[in-house]
Amino acid sequence: MSALLSRLAEARKEGNVARLAEAIPYARWMQIAPENGTGELLTRMRFHPELIGNTFLPAIHGGTLGAMLEMAAIFHLLWETETETVPKIVNITVDYLRSARPVDVIACAKVTKQGRRMVNVFAEAWQEDRSRPVATANAHFLVKSDADAPPSL
Amino acid sequence: MEKDARIALFQQWFSDNIPHNKALGLKVIGASRGFASMQLEWREELVGNPETGVLAGGPLTAMLDGCCGMSVATMLKAPEPFATLDLRIDYVRPAEPGKPVIAEAECYRITRSVAFTRAFAHHGDAKDPIAAAAGTFMLGTKGKPTRPPLEDKP
Repeated sequence: MSALLSRLAEARKEGNVARLAEAIPYARWMQIAPENGTGELLTRMRFHPELIGNTFLPAIHGGTLGAMLEMAAIFHLLWETETETVPKIVNITVDYLRSARPVDVIACAKVTKQGRRMVNVFAEAWQEDRSRPVATANAHFLVKSDADAPPSL
Repeated sequence: MEKDARIALFQQWFSDNIPHNKALGLKVIGASRGFASMQLEWREELVGNPETGVLAGGPLTAMLDGCCGMSVATMLKAPEPFATLDLRIDYVRPAEPGKPVIAEAECYRITRSVAFTRAFAHHGDAKDPIAAAAGTFMLGTKGKPTRPPLEDKP
């Protein structure tokens, strides 16, 4: 995906990682964007009423937490690793730890193992208190171009 | 209960009344004991890569979570609240741009505390999946049940 990679080059030049989300329609619709104001790369999903999955609690839809953890992993791989292709997701396992309240969700990701073709990434999401995560995920991404690989973006 | 009436009820409980499912435009196309099926129309906002028009992983994750959850609801003798415990998704091939995606979920085992589900997403041929999912759900969690009691149980 050359548009995203050229956006990445611009974002690096400006030092503003938030530019990455502009190239992804789904990230814009979901209000998911990376930020690096604190020196650490974080991904934020801004709360809006369409994220609700349970109106009684109320709580954010589990699917949207999985989606934002996946985006956090992708933004991490693009920004923090020397990637020449857009990472393609192979699979993701999400653990739901607490119900997510109707406020912003923040996530960070880290590479557990970097292989030549495959990367294993761990991501964690929380709300106001980082020591009380709402969901965690492990995901595999192909990071070498492969015409047959499934796309993440 | 008639099939169409049952589908209409599940459409109300699992799409119209759940803001994110409604925002995605999830349409319930099947509901029977242990089985749930939904359809997601392709649209520009859900795309991950604007150059190819391929859907992002997120809408599929949310749809498969919702569909697995609905398959659990079809198994409950009495309505009770439940929540996703974990969800694994394998993205086996790209979704084709412009085509609707169908998800089919099965709740194959239910105990007092946990329900086990699996699901596939495809473009109409279940033997040629786009994504496969396995989800487990914790039963008897906080809140109110998603589905009200039924006189004629599904």
